[in-house]
Amino acid sequence: MTSYGLKQRFSTVVVYVFLGVMAFLSIFPFLWMVIGATNTTSDIIKGKMSFGASLLVNVNTFLTQVDAPLVFWNSAKITIIATVLTLLISSLAGYGFEIFASRFREKLYTLMLLTLMIPFAALMIPLFMLMKQFGLINTHIAVVLPTVASAFIIFYFRQSTKAFPHELRDAARVDGLKEWQIFFLIYMPVMRSTYAAAFIIVFMTVWNSYLWPLIVLQSNDTKTITLVISSLGSAYYPDYGAVMIGTVLATIPTLFVFFAMQRQFVEGMLGSVK
Amino acid sequence: MSAISQRRMRPRFDVNGWLFVGPALALIATFMVFPILHSLWMSFQTGLGVRLSFGGMKNIYRLFNDPLFFTALTNTFIFFLVQVPIMLTLALITASLLNNPDIKFRGLLRTAIFLPCVTSLVAYSVLFKSMFVANGLVNTILINLGIVDVGIPWMTDPFWCRTMIIIAITWRWTGYNMIFYLAAMQNIDRSVYEAARIDGVPTWARFLHLTVPMLKPVILFTTVTSTIGTLQLFDEVATITGGGSAGGAAGPGNSALTLSLYIYNLTFKFAPNYGYAATVSYVIVFLVAVLSFLQFFAARERKA
Repeated sequence: MTSYGLKQRFSTVVVYVFLGVMAFLSIFPFLWMVIGATNTTSDIIKGKMSFGASLLVNVNTFLTQVDAPLVFWNSAKITIIATVLTLLISSLAGYGFEIFASRFREKLYTLMLLTLMIPFAALMIPLFMLMKQFGLINTHIAVVLPTVASAFIIFYFRQSTKAFPHELRDAARVDGLKEWQIFFLIYMPVMRSTYAAAFIIVFMTVWNSYLWPLIVLQSNDTKTITLVISSLGSAYYPDYGAVMIGTVLATIPTLFVFFAMQRQFVEGMLGSVK
Repeated sequence: MSAISQRRMRPRFDVNGWLFVGPALALIATFMVFPILHSLWMSFQTGLGVRLSFGGMKNIYRLFNDPLFFTALTNTFIFFLVQVPIMLTLALITASLLNNPDIKFRGLLRTAIFLPCVTSLVAYSVLFKSMFVANGLVNTILINLGIVDVGIPWMTDPFWCRTMIIIAITWRWTGYNMIFYLAAMQNIDRSVYEAARIDGVPTWARFLHLTVPMLKPVILFTTVTSTIGTLQLFDEVATITGGGSAGGAAGPGNSALTLSLYIYNLTFKFAPNYGYAATVSYVIVFLVAVLSFLQFFAARERKA
């Protein structure tokens, strides 16, 4: 019996050690980032693991190399516009497909879901040429437009609409509400949690997107925070002090959204590839 | 006409339905369907820049004689054949340990392990690059622990460069996959475990013979999605090796050149060769299509 107890205690210790190490390794790069932001580049590349006194110097270097307010504003503008438009257009479509189902529309829906299989690598060249033709290179519209066409978010809304109570809609129709009124006045408020989860999926995707903005945003005044970090960081001898400031700035909004909406965040992540 | 009778009659062409789905369908047609067909058309064309002419099978022929393409294909396969199993095993073990309600600080541990998911691919790549520099943090720790005598050449040796990228990707996505396993485990009846425990089935056997079989559909699902993700690997390799924007090879001996990165380079870095780049991109389309069908069958099995 004692040997069983000992074994039990031993395995409990192993479990805690394993989980502890996993949690530590997961958090560590965040610590490294914050500590790095206070150290000089030469300390960072030596692996110094304690806070230094160079925070202001790094901020200063970052600000002289990067028009930070503009870059941050670019990222924020693209993210907000793309997120609002995606949620609006996709929820309209998801609702439309579920409520006004018809045979033909069902076929279109299946075709639309097939676009989920298209890897972005196969789209980037023709999309680039398309944007060039429209004269949209170096504009934020070019970043937003392909993002808004999201078959996945439509799918997500349609799946959730199955849980939208019929009685509500029928009652509203009896009351003489028009279809668009039902959508904006009843559906939207009722489906808050679906919107929240979808918001997180789109927000994370757009804020962190890299490849497509890299292709269409070539002039410095249009660049986003992700592009700036990448160009600072991929230099042969990067100024890591400044880079750390950039990564902190880029991570703050997503961390904030994560901690503010943790439950929906996990829901969104689980839903994002259903 | 009252609203109810309107619904019963169901006009053959109802305007409302089309108004709701129209904008989305128009956008998808313009920015997904048209480009993918355009790129199929381009894949049969050759020439530089916008001066393209029909080349028939020339691009396919070039593909099979292009050593860089095979390097990129091999690297992409190495990344997912090594990285996906390591990451999913870790995620599965972590999830099954965290699923035990007796674990203290469960929520805290789960949040911590999930946290890497909030970082952008570029941001964490830069962070990892800074930790793995020649005389940097990771090498210092390894030397101090006595694991190695001299620093590992993370940035200059093909093997170690890939290893570092695999470590980075594993860091970013393990918690993400763990969440899927945790969600699936909530649906498993705990009494099955209790019964096995009382019968004296050891922990590892419970894991191997109970947890894994019951999670098979989710494991299959995460395998497919991770593989598709790895097939499109770009941000990490471009940022860590500088192969995407600063010029030069993607890692020592192009050891981190992936298919996506190669397509990008063909299009935007070398003399722009849209036609051939489109052909390479269809290799990814093909691989993803095959995997998606696998996933489809896996999902059907899940329902059955």
